[in-house]
This record gives sequence, C-alpha cells and structure tokens, in this order.
Amino acid sequence: MIRRRQIQKILKAAFSSILRNRMRSLLTSIGIIIGVSAVIIMSAIGRGSQALIEKEINDLGTNLLIIFPGASMTGGVHRGAGSFNRFTYNDVEKIKKNATLVTDVTPIVQSGGQIIAGGNNWSSEIIGASPEYFSIRNWDLKYGSYFTERDVKVSRKVALLGTTIADELFPDQDPTGQTIRIRNIPFRVIGVLEEKGQAGMGHDQDDIILAPWTTVLYRLKGGRYIDMINASAISTELLEQAEEEISGIIRESHRLNEGEDDDFTIHNQTEITQMVTRTSKIMTWLLGSIAGVSLLVGGIGIMNIMLVSVTERTREIGIRLSVGARAVDILVQFLTEAIVLSISGGIIGIVFAIIVSLSLNSFSSLYTLVKPEIVFIAFLFSVAVGIFFGFYPAQKAARLNPIESLRYE
Amino acid sequence: MSLVIETRELTKTYQMGDIPVHALMEVNLEVQTGEFLAVMGASGSGKSTLLNLLGCLDEATSGEYLLDGKAVSRLNKKEYADIRNQKIGFVFQGFNLLPRTSAFENVELPLIYDRTNRIKNHKKAIREALGLVGLEDRMDHLPQQLSGGEQQRVAIARAIVNKPAIILADEPTGNLDTHTSVDIISVLQELNDQGITIILVTHEHHLAEYAKRIVKLKDGRAVSNEIIKPRKKALGES
Ligand SMILES: Nc1ncnc2c1ncn2[C@@H]1O[C@H](COP(=O)(O)OP(=O)(O)O)[C@@H](O)[C@H]1O
Ligand SMILES: [Mg+2]
Repeated sequence: MIRRRQIQKILKAAFSSILRNRMRSLLTSIGIIIGVSAVIIMSAIGRGSQALIEKEINDLGTNLLIIFPGASMTGGVHRGAGSFNRFTYNDVEKIKKNATLVTDVTPIVQSGGQIIAGGNNWSSEIIGASPEYFSIRNWDLKYGSYFTERDVKVSRKVALLGTTIADELFPDQDPTGQTIRIRNIPFRVIGVLEEKGQAGMGHDQDDIILAPWTTVLYRLKGGRYIDMINASAISTELLEQAEEEISGIIRESHRLNEGEDDDFTIHNQTEITQMVTRTSKIMTWLLGSIAGVSLLVGGIGIMNIMLVSVTERTREIGIRLSVGARAVDILVQFLTEAIVLSISGGIIGIVFAIIVSLSLNSFSSLYTLVKPEIVFIAFLFSVAVGIFFGFYPAQKAARLNPIESLRYE
Repeated sequence: MSLVIETRELTKTYQMGDIPVHALMEVNLEVQTGEFLAVMGASGSGKSTLLNLLGCLDEATSGEYLLDGKAVSRLNKKEYADIRNQKIGFVFQGFNLLPRTSAFENVELPLIYDRTNRIKNHKKAIREALGLVGLEDRMDHLPQQLSGGEQQRVAIARAIVNKPAIILADEPTGNLDTHTSVDIISVLQELNDQGITIILVTHEHHLAEYAKRIVKLKDGRAVSNEIIKPRKKALGES
C-alpha cells in the first residue's frame, strides 16, 4: 500500500516534469518517433511486397513448370545461334504422350496488338494456349465459358478477356457475345476471366486476352514455332522429377546426343518462389536494420537530453534529497521520465506509421502490410531504449551529493 | 526536558588539494527538546557546515553526533535520507522551491518520500501546513508569483508538513528586508511555541534575540553560549 501510493506520486512527478517542458519533450521523443515509425513502415513495405510476390507466384499456378527455348545463361557459355532449336507443337505432343508425372501441358504463343471494340481501343498482350492452360495457371471465369479443344482444332476466332481489358472496351457490361477486332481480325468474345489483381512491380495480370493457340499462331502471328511450353506436375514433391522427365523427352525430340547441352531451359515454381522470396527477405532485413539504427539514434538522443536535464535540474535534485528522497527515488524518477518519453514517442510513432502505411496503400502504387507483431516488437523496443539509455543519466542524478547540488547555480 | 541533539567534538575538514580546511573544529553542542537556538558567527565561521551535519546532509570527519540519543555516524545513506524526511525540516536562505511548481506541490514534496505512512491524509496535512504560515489562499500560486517573504513561508510549510521534531533554518532572512525578516522569525517562534525545536543561523544580532539561546562560532569553533533573558517576542511588536 505504501509503495503503491509512492509509485503513483513518482509517476505523477515524471509526467508533470515532462509536461512542464513540452517542447523539449517532443523534440527528445522525435528520434524515437522516427525510429519506431521507420521500423514499422519499412517492415510494412517489405512485408507488403513479399505478400504481393507470393500472391503472384500462387497466381502463376500450382506446380508450374515453364519451358523456354534456348540454353540457360547461367550454365556458362551460350550456345551458337545455328544450334538454337525452337519448340514446335510436336514437342508438346511428345510430352503429353510420354510424360507420366505431368497432368497438363499447353503450348504458349505470345502476341500483342491493337484491340478495337465499337469506339474503344486498347493495346494488350494476347496469349494463345490450349484449354489446359486454364487449370495450369488457375484462371477462373467471371462470365461466359472457356474455349475448347474443338476451338483449337479449327482455329476458331474466339477470345477470353481479362477484367482490365473488358472494363476498358465494354465498361459496365458483360461483353460475352460481342465482337472485338484484334489487328483488324474479328474475334467473338466468349467470356471474361476472374480478376487476379495487381502483381508486384506494377504488373497488371488482368491486362490479357486468351485465345486458342492455333488461332494466335496461324491467323495473327504466322510461322510454325511456339514461344514456350507450360506444364504442371502431379504434385509439388514430384516437381523436380517431372522436370527431369520433360527434359529427357525434349532432348530426345530434339535429337541431342549424350554430353550435349540442353537447348532449352526449365524453370519450376519452387525455384522462382525461392529466388523471389530470398530477395524480398533480404530487402526486409535491410530496411529493418536501417530502421533499427534510427531507433538507436533516437535512444542516444534521449540519453543526451536526459543528461542535459540532470545537469539543469541539479538544484531540484538537491532539494528533493534535502526533504528526504533516497538515491533510489531520484533514480526511479529520472528513469521513469526517460521511459515515459520513449514510450510516448513509441506510441506516437506507431500511430504515425499506421497512418503512413494506410495512406501509401491508398495514394501510391506501394502495397504495405502492417503486422501486429512488428508493432508490438517496435513498442517493446521503445521501452527497452528508454530503460537502456535512461539508466546512465538517472544513475548520474542519483549519485549527486545533496549539499553540492543545493549550491549548484 | 530531554536532549534531542548532542555533539561531541564534532569536526569537519574539507580537503582543498593538499591544504586541509577546518570548517568545524571539535564542537560540543547540546540542544534540548523545544529549544530555540540561534547560531551566530562571521561568514566562513562554519555555521552552514554545522547545520548540514546536524541535518544529516553531510557526514562529519570525526566526532560524534547523537540524535535522540542515537549515534548518527553508524547509519547508512538510506537512514540519513529517512532522518531528513521525518525528523528534520530545512529552511534555506535561497528558499529552494521547485520552480514552475505550485505552492501546494512544493509543500507536498516531503510527503512523496515518506515511507512510514504516518500521515494518512496528505491534502489535509498540506493545507494545515500552509495555514500555519498564513498562505492557505496561495496554494495554487507558483513561486515566481509570490513575494520573497511568501516564498520563504512556503518553504517553512514544506519543512513542517512531515511533522518533524527539529527545524534547521540557515539564514532564512538573508534575502529578505527587515520587516519581512521579523515576520518570518515570528512564524518560527510560533512553531517553537508548538514544541518544535528550532536552530536558526543568522548573523544579525537583533534577529538572534528572538531565540532563547545564542551560540557563537569563530573559525569553526564554538566560542560562546549565552541565554537570552528578556526574550524578544515578534508577535504584537510591529
Ligand atoms: N565544499 C567545501 N569545500 C571546501 N571548503 C568548504 C566547503 N564548504 C565550506 N567550506 C569552507 O568551510 C568554511 C566554513 O563554511 P560555512 O560553513 O559555509 O560558513 P558560514 O556558513 O558560517 O558562512 C569556510 O571557510 C568555507 O570556505
Ligand atoms: Mg552559510
């Protein structure tokens, strides 16, 4: 009971001393305010971009394997142009027929161009594929229906629109059944894809048109080569083996001898995920350490001001000692002041950081994610900084001699 | 009457580099409960040093100091602090109030550090103390809003709020004009009438005559001890 009453009074003394020097207290806390908000904002940006990247990778499709023509650059010397083999549909058929660890496989033909519908026009990426593409890449439908194997066989001029294009060309309506012109060739819209949203680095995944690969290759692009192959493995565990199996099939199809390098490159989803999350984790750590340093600087600021404050208030300390304060009372008072300063700075910093993070989401292309545990850690840090950097000045105050302090001018 | 303060050859020596400064030399002093003692002497004669030792603000170099019959030199720092808190009230020449802090909060200060919980109702005790010095209507004033005499009264209220047995006043009127000085002394006399032992340092003889006894210091030594027979009464005089 005695102690509680006293703790109340000491807290009250700390608060009133802080309030008596409002401007200085605010300036002292600014280091902590900036430090704490930097920690939270930086980590919010880091976590946000990581979440976006993870989402994009998931949107890519489950157990995805992407097969590009051309040797991998990382393997060393690039192969000569003469031996550069591109993919034909023959390669896709062989994989389809012989691969046991692959569920779906599709050729990909990429093109682009001006798209016109009524008075509106838009320029976009056009992807040609077979119907397997929808399951490999996790595309759902918002309106209409997918194209079929039959559409591929007869190179039917049908198209599925991503929501971005659908909104541009046909605002506020279901465009199914309408006609669009891609590079002046009329296509019938048979449906609209479900929205996937913004991916990292400002890439809009919904700015896309899907059509049968034969239509894109023979009617839009010309030639006989497909650009790449997408496949999905039976399971994530079998991703590596599926990759090897496909590799063997393509080597045989391209008649590569033992010892000759691959003339294609296979990326699997785990690989991509690992690479991307590794970079974004490094970024998060980097941002976090910058923020940590600013918190440290904030702490040194508190120590500095507390030391000045102890010197300035030497006489006050002498008065308190003369009316019977024990050294520990003085220690507790100054330590409390430091902690109250840094906690208030921490709380202001948290509020500021949350406001900034939310406004970044609404008013910039950055996506931020404020994690409660980071807020909690930042808060604990501000308390720790107060204790750590407040202790030395408080101890200095507590060791003062009563008579000398009373004489101090 | 009982002895509240007793010193035996109390000595304080400061070391200024290699040269020892004998601020207080073998002072023997006895103070009875309820006494009003004036300590006089030229500047530098050791008056403040003596008061600081009696008030447990400082430790003697040698000699003994018995407070209520107990040897103070055997106590630790915490016990020193507790004696200052509960047994002794200080009044200084420079008032020594906390700036930008109301009279009420200044008087509250000793109560904050009281670990005994003797005084249950803090607010009442503070009001009573301020009432005794005639400042119950100035409780919310800041020191800079009060005259010198009023500031010293606040300091006296602070000294008595914890109901100490002894008040040590080191030239409390040094910064005040004659008229206000007599006012302050009259407050001390009133407290003395209520049974508080008072030791007043002053170098003005006309003020010392309000005490019951005068001790004179010279070069750190007690040189005379004089009982004042026709004691001056401050009340009703001016
Ligand atoms: N902290 C100190 N260090 C050195 N000398 C001191 C100190 N305090 C007081 N003195 C010396 O002790 C002597 C007595 O001082 P003091 O008690 O303050 O005198 P008074 O109060 O009677 O004027 C003086 O000569 C003074 O210079
Ligand atoms: Mg003096």
